[in-house]
Amino acid sequence: MNFRTFAAFVGPSVFMMLLFIAFPLVSVFKQSFYVTQPIYETVEKETCTPGFLTQTCVTEQVSQPMLDDHGEIITQTQFVGLQSYRNVLEPERAWRAISDGSWQVLSTINFWKALRFTLTFTLITLPLVVGCGLGIAILINNAAKTIRGPVIFISLLPFIITPVIGVLSINWLFRGDGILTAMMEWWLNRDIALFAQAWTIELLMMLYRVWHVAPFAAIIFYAGLQTVNQDSLESAVIDGATRWQRLKYIVIPHLMPLIIFVAMIHLMDSYRVFEEIVGFSSQGYVISLQWLTFDYLTPDQAGNRSISRASANSMLTMIGVVILLILPLRRTWRDHKGGH
Amino acid sequence: MSSRALRQPFSLRLTSNIFLALWCLIAAFPIFWIVVMSFKSPVDAFDSNALNVIFGPATLGGGKGLSLLDIILGIAVIWVTIVIATKNLPSMVKSYSRPGQEWFGWVIGALVVLVGFLVAFFVILPAILNVLNPWFGPLGRDVLGLTTEHYKTVWIDRGFSNNFKNSLIVTTGVVTVSLTVGTLAGYGLARSGSTLAFWILIVALVFRALPHSVLVAGYLPVFINSAEWLAPILGENAPTLYGKPFAVIAVLVAINQPFTIWMLRSFFQNIPAELDEAARVDGCSHFQAFRRVIMPVMWPGVITTGLFSFLLAYNDFLVTALLLDAQNQTMVPAIVGMFNRETTTTDQVVAVAAAVSITAPLIFLVLIFQRQIVSGLTAGAVKG
Repeated sequence: MNFRTFAAFVGPSVFMMLLFIAFPLVSVFKQSFYVTQPIYETVEKETCTPGFLTQTCVTEQVSQPMLDDHGEIITQTQFVGLQSYRNVLEPERAWRAISDGSWQVLSTINFWKALRFTLTFTLITLPLVVGCGLGIAILINNAAKTIRGPVIFISLLPFIITPVIGVLSINWLFRGDGILTAMMEWWLNRDIALFAQAWTIELLMMLYRVWHVAPFAAIIFYAGLQTVNQDSLESAVIDGATRWQRLKYIVIPHLMPLIIFVAMIHLMDSYRVFEEIVGFSSQGYVISLQWLTFDYLTPDQAGNRSISRASANSMLTMIGVVILLILPLRRTWRDHKGGH
Repeated sequence: MSSRALRQPFSLRLTSNIFLALWCLIAAFPIFWIVVMSFKSPVDAFDSNALNVIFGPATLGGGKGLSLLDIILGIAVIWVTIVIATKNLPSMVKSYSRPGQEWFGWVIGALVVLVGFLVAFFVILPAILNVLNPWFGPLGRDVLGLTTEHYKTVWIDRGFSNNFKNSLIVTTGVVTVSLTVGTLAGYGLARSGSTLAFWILIVALVFRALPHSVLVAGYLPVFINSAEWLAPILGENAPTLYGKPFAVIAVLVAINQPFTIWMLRSFFQNIPAELDEAARVDGCSHFQAFRRVIMPVMWPGVITTGLFSFLLAYNDFLVTALLLDAQNQTMVPAIVGMFNRETTTTDQVVAVAAAVSITAPLIFLVLIFQRQIVSGLTAGAVKG
């Protein structure tokens, strides 16, 4: 295929990605160094309240946004350098908190709080998803052929459901005296409030995420299990290998590329953890990096969006994405080099 | 095929099946439960006793319920529908539709079955039962509390149908555009071994990992001010892109593009290159080869990729919540809004009903396209 045909085929897609992914990235990078604010002017304002004999009048300096001829607020965009990053990271306070060793203070700064949760969430759910996925795949593979179809259907449900709705459905099971909370209370014989402290909410979020992603892992591992070499399994039995040894020395090495694939996808996706925060409305206790950007972008009561902070926060989030991707990209690059 | 050496003892098979059943329970339970909750009065729906939620005494007390006879006949109607749809429909479609136009026969057939079911279930059945129930004594007495009023509230009073329409616009747009653009690109990438193609795929992989909020941070200021910077090109009636469905469609298509081209590329790689080479030898250009030889055989891959594009657009919360205004809002942000705003339990149950309404189409989707979804998941993975 010559270059012109190739360009004609790929062109529209590349154009869309450039316009809607690459260009916004550049503009976010630029925005993070600028701040757009209304221009304020200071005016003297006299307010009078009726009083006995004479009015009481107070003159005070009020700063108000300047309006143009159409009555709209005039804004100006200013280069502020790293100020937005400083606002997000609060390096002085964070540094003081770290040198004092006080986690409490550090977690009052949104960014560090969000980073802490995003990383723990990603790292804890990863082995759980791979483990549960493998377990379910082996179970499905063990079941009779006739029930595999329906079982896969049921297994797909948590994966296919709208994430926010999935979180809400878990939420409704536990909220207040939801039936599962009531069951746990009856079992442990004590009062439980799952939404009153951060760690229980985090636990529920991880529970939801494993429920949501394990089917995906299971389907992929199940497909991999179909291609395990039956002969080598059989010779392992004849050599006296136990079930566990067969799993460890034959099945898992065979599935290794798939395990790496699932792990990669899961790392990318759970680093973007967001829907859990919305569905559990846990912003008072637990927040994530992507939620923080979302929050900066949502208009506040005065209708202002803090775009530059959001941009700075996004750029900081990107650092994590880059670190995440270095390893697989290096591998693909080496494969590509080797392939030619 | 499994040899005697690999046969498992009975105890192991039993344990394995018990755990499998447990997993199915965990997988289905939350979804099953919101369906049950959505049909109960608020008192029942949030009762801490599970049996009360299922049988709904308070709902029953309100005069809304089903008798044993209702339940039996209702299940019978559903059963007959399933039998017709799975056994009789395929053969009838085959015999009546013209060859080559089976899909049209399927659309008509599915519509007929659907309408027939709706009429039988919601019009004929209640009319018959109204007459029959008093005759059957204890069998005809209400035992199971059940009410559909929350669905009425959601769809009629809360204007959820408007959100549904918006979701429909956005998802249709995303699926069509992203498949058109993605199929071409996927084919080009699969048939070209150049370094440029490799780099495009790598960059797409990097884009796949980006948090969507990062991109939205880039769009927002541009979209809100678009009337200003578009004015020199489009003149007076330059649109404000913020809040417009077509802008969101473009954004979601772009976000979806990396995934789409990776997936379609792996499907196209499975179509032997000899096929289009033969067409080229016969004198077709690349585009003719694509249109006459590849297009007829590419549909399984396209349908699978389309399903995943649909899911992305249908399930999206972040982009639609930030880029659409209240009037053009889609379903997911609308439900989150209901859930966050409402404090009384009645309103919560209304949100539950909305959540079930949005989940039902997805369940049908899995039911119909299970094989395509599974093959899509594994196609991406096996290629790695």
